[in-house]
Amino acid sequence: MMGMSSLSTCLALLAGWIVIGIAGLARPMSVRFAGRALFLAGALCGAGLALVSLWALNAPPEQAVLPIGLPDLPFHLRLDALSAVFLLLLGVTSVGTSVFGAGYFRAGEGTAPGLLCLQYHVFLASMGFVLIANDAYAFMFAWEIMALASYFLVTTQHRIAEIRRAGFLYLLIAHLGALGILLCFGVLQGGHWEMTFDAMRALRLGPQWATCAFLLAFFGFGAKAGLVPLHVWLPEAHPAAPSPVSALMSAVMLKMALYGILRVSFDLIGAPLWWWGLIALGVGLFSALYGVVFAAAQTDMKRLLAYSSIENIGIACAGLGLALVFAGLGMASLAALAVIAMLYHCLNHALMKSLLFLGTGAVLHATGQRNLGKLGGLMRYMPWTAWLTLIGALAIASLPPLNGFVSEWLLLQAFLFTDQIPRTFINMLLPLGAAVVALSAALAAYVMVKFYGVIFLGVPREGTLVRAHDCGRLERFGLAWLAAGCVLLGLLPVQVIARLNAAAILLVGTGLGEHGQRWWLLAPLTQGRASYGPIAFFVGVLSIVLLTALVVRLFYHGRVRFSLPWDCGFGQLDARMQDSAEGFGQPVRHVFQPFFRIERELPSAFDNAPKYRVIVTDRVWYALYEPLVGLVRRAANGVAWLQQGRVTTYLLYGFVTLLVLLGVVLA
Amino acid sequence: MNVIALLTQGLEIIVAVAAAPLFLGWINQCRAWLQNRSAPSVLQPYRTIQKLFNKDAVIAANSSALFRVAPYIVFGAMTLAAAIIPSMGTRLPFTAAADAIALVGLLATARVFMALAAMDSGTAFGTLGARREMMVGFLAEPALLMVIFVASLISATTSLPAISEHLTTEAIGLYPSLAFTAVAFTMVLLAENGRIPIDNPATHLELTMIHEAMLLEYSARHLALMEWAAALKLFNYACIGFALFLPWGIAAGAAAPNALLLAIPVLAVKLVLAGSGLALIETVSAKLRVFRAPEFLATAFLFAVLGLLVHLLLGA
Repeated sequence: MMGMSSLSTCLALLAGWIVIGIAGLARPMSVRFAGRALFLAGALCGAGLALVSLWALNAPPEQAVLPIGLPDLPFHLRLDALSAVFLLLLGVTSVGTSVFGAGYFRAGEGTAPGLLCLQYHVFLASMGFVLIANDAYAFMFAWEIMALASYFLVTTQHRIAEIRRAGFLYLLIAHLGALGILLCFGVLQGGHWEMTFDAMRALRLGPQWATCAFLLAFFGFGAKAGLVPLHVWLPEAHPAAPSPVSALMSAVMLKMALYGILRVSFDLIGAPLWWWGLIALGVGLFSALYGVVFAAAQTDMKRLLAYSSIENIGIACAGLGLALVFAGLGMASLAALAVIAMLYHCLNHALMKSLLFLGTGAVLHATGQRNLGKLGGLMRYMPWTAWLTLIGALAIASLPPLNGFVSEWLLLQAFLFTDQIPRTFINMLLPLGAAVVALSAALAAYVMVKFYGVIFLGVPREGTLVRAHDCGRLERFGLAWLAAGCVLLGLLPVQVIARLNAAAILLVGTGLGEHGQRWWLLAPLTQGRASYGPIAFFVGVLSIVLLTALVVRLFYHGRVRFSLPWDCGFGQLDARMQDSAEGFGQPVRHVFQPFFRIERELPSAFDNAPKYRVIVTDRVWYALYEPLVGLVRRAANGVAWLQQGRVTTYLLYGFVTLLVLLGVVLA
Repeated sequence: MNVIALLTQGLEIIVAVAAAPLFLGWINQCRAWLQNRSAPSVLQPYRTIQKLFNKDAVIAANSSALFRVAPYIVFGAMTLAAAIIPSMGTRLPFTAAADAIALVGLLATARVFMALAAMDSGTAFGTLGARREMMVGFLAEPALLMVIFVASLISATTSLPAISEHLTTEAIGLYPSLAFTAVAFTMVLLAENGRIPIDNPATHLELTMIHEAMLLEYSARHLALMEWAAALKLFNYACIGFALFLPWGIAAGAAAPNALLLAIPVLAVKLVLAGSGLALIETVSAKLRVFRAPEFLATAFLFAVLGLLVHLLLGA
C-alpha cells in the first residue's frame, strides 16, 4: 500500500475520524457543514478502512507501539486477520450509515449537529481502536470511550425522561460488563503483571484459571452483546438513539462484544475447553429464541428491530459455542466451519440490521411515527425506502438467495456434524440445537412479514401518512449501499469465505477446505456432502419467473381493472380493520405464553367508548432485576444508617477504627 | 453433465408442472367418492385454471406492484422446487446448486411473498390469512427441517438426490427412525398445504380459513398462478415424501433411458396411492380450531425429534 503498512494506514484513518469529529465543533450549529461535508468525509474514511482491512485479511499480522497514554504504558497495537474481519465490518457498515446520516440529521433534534458529529465519529474511531488494541490497557481505554460515546449518542434527545432512563440503564450494564472484562484481564496476566496481549498469549493458564477467565469474559462481553439475561438495556437504548446511531450500535457495537469473546477464548487463552462451548451454545440459542419471540410481540418498529438484534447475536453466539466445542475436542476443520458460519453471520447481520434501522429512520422522518399501529401503506409514498428495506427484511428472514440464508446454511451444516462428537449424550442433545436455529429463523420470517407488512403494505392507518415523502438522495445511497452488500454477500459466498478463512486459520488453526468448489458453487465439506450455488439458484428462479410472465403475456390478454378491495358486502371497510401490530403478534403471544408477562384491559360489552389495551413485558425484568434492585436498595439503606450526621459519631468511628488497627498491628 | 441428466431435469420440471393439477383433481375425486358425493372430473382443476386465465384481472386499487409480482414469484419458486426434488431420477444437474436446506428456504420464500401480497391489499381477511399462514409456517418449518435432518444424518449428506440414492442402495431400507419421521412429515404436509385438519381447501368460512383468506383479493391470471402454485406445492411435498421414505423406483445413478421410462409409471402409482391416502385422512379427520394447530404441529415436531433420537441411539 504505497509503502505504508496496513496498520499505519488504518491508524491514520481512525485518526481521520477523530479529526472530522473535532472539526464538527468549529460550526456546531450548522447542519449543512456537519452533514454535507463532515459525514461524507467520514464515509470516505470508512471506505478506506474497508479497503485496508480487505488488504490486511490475507497479510501477516502487523504490530506497532504507540507512545501515547500514561508514562511507561504505551498503547500496543496489532492488526491480524481477526481484527481485519471486524474492521471490514465496521468500515463497510459505516459507509452506509455515514452517507445516510449526511442527509438524515436535522436541526433542532436534541444535541447540536456539530457535537453529534463529534460523538458519532469518536464512537466509530473507538470501535476501530478496540479492534486493533493489543494490550489490556489500550483495549479497556478504547472500550470505555466506545461506551461513553454511545451513551451520549443514545441520550441525544435528553429532554425526554424515558430516554435518560434508557441511557442510565445502558451505562450501568455497560459498566457491569466492563468490570467483568477488567477482571478477566486480571486473571489472564497470571500474576506476572504483563498486560500486553502477547504476554497473555505466551502464558498458559491451568484449567481452573482459564475457565475463570472465560466465564468473566463471557459475562463481560455478553453484557455488551445483549445476551439474555443481560439484554434488558438493548431494547431501551437502541431505539432511543437517532436511527444511524441505532444502526451502528446494533450492527457494529454488538459485534465488538463477539470479537472480544473470540479474541479472549481462542487467541488469548489459547486452548479452550470443550464444555465452555456448551455454555455459549445454550445461552446463544436461548437468546435467539427469546429475542425473536419478543420481537414478534413489539408494537414499536425500532424496539422490534432491537429484539431482533438479540436474536441474531444469539445465533452468532451459538455458532461460537459450536466452534468452541469442536475446537476443544480437537475437531479443527469442523471448528473452522462453525467459526466461519459465525463470522459470516456477523457480517450479514451488520449489513441487514443497519439497512432496516436506516429504513425505519427514513419512515420516522417522513411520518414522525415509531408506533406500528399508526403506520401502513407507505410503499406507495416512499417506494425507494420500501423496496430497499424489502431486501433487508427478506435477508434477515434468511431466505435464499440473500445473505442471511448463507450463514444459516453454514450453521445448520455445522450442527449436522455434532453426532460425531465423541461424548455420548452430548452428541444426542446438540443436533436438537439445529431445531432451535430453524425455529428462530422461521420466527424471524414471521417477524419480518409483520414489520414490513404493517409499515409498508396495506392501507395507511392514519390520514396524515398520505403526505409522507420519500427520503433524499444521500439517504437513498446509504440504503442502496447496504442493500447491495446484502445481495453480494448472498450471491458470492465462495469469495467471502475465501477472505474469512484467514481468520479461521488464526483462531482454530485451519480453514475450510474446497471440495469440488467452483467460483459459483459453495461446497465447503467433504465431497458430495452438501453444496449451494446461490447464483445458479437466483438465475433459476428469475428465468422461471420471466418465462412464466412471458408465456402468460403471449397466450392471454393482459387486461386489468382496478376496484376497491372486496368487503364481503359490508360496505364500510376501513384501514382500522387491518391487523394491528398487536393483532399480528397474537399467535406468537399465544404459542409462547410462558415467555411473556401480559397485562390486558378488556372492555365490557356495555362500554360506550370501548378500549382494548395489552401490555407485554419482559419476565426477566421482574424475575431478576427487580429483586436485585430491591436488594441493592436495602443494602444502601443499611449503610445509610451509619451516616448519622453528627460529628461526634464520626469521631467515634475514627477512634474505633484506630483501636482495631492497633490491635491488628500489635497482635 | 450429460444429455440424459439434462433430459431428466427437464422432464422432472415439465411433469411436475403439468401433472400437479391432475394430482389435485385425483384427490378431490377420491374425497368425493369417500364422502358419497358425485365426483368432479379429475380434469376439473385444469378447467378452472383455463377459465381463470381468460378472465379480466380485478386488482385492489390501493395495492402495490408487489401484489402483482407475487404470483409469478410463488409459481417460480414452486417450479424451481420441483427441479430440486428427485421424483424420477437422481442425476439432476441443478441439485448441486440447492440442497434440502435450500429447498426449505425456497418454500419459505414462497410463503413470505404470499403473506406479503396478502397484506398488500389492506383488508381484514388478507392480514388474518397472512398471520395464520406465517404461524403455521414457523411451526411447520422446524419440524420439516428435523425430518430432513434425520435422513441427512443417515446418509451423511443434505443433497436430496444423494439421500434417496443412499436409501435405495442400502440392503435393508427399513429404518425405525424414518418411520417416526414419516409420521411427522405427513403431519407437516397436511399443515403446509392447507389440508384438513389445519385448513379446509373447500370452504370459505372466515373463522377457519388460512390459504383462501390470503388469496381473496386475487382474480383471473394471478389467481390461476396462485392455484397452480398451490397444486404444485402439494405435488412437491408428495415427491419429497417419496424421495425420503419411498425412494424405490427412482432411477438412481447414471440412469439409462429405460430406467427413467420405468420411473414415470412408478411415480404415477405412488401418486395415485398417496392421493387416495390423503383423501382418506382428510375424510376421517375433523378440522381443528386454529389454536389447536400449534399442538398438532408440536406433535409433528416431537415425532421428528423422536426419530432423531432413535437414529442417534440405535444408529439406524
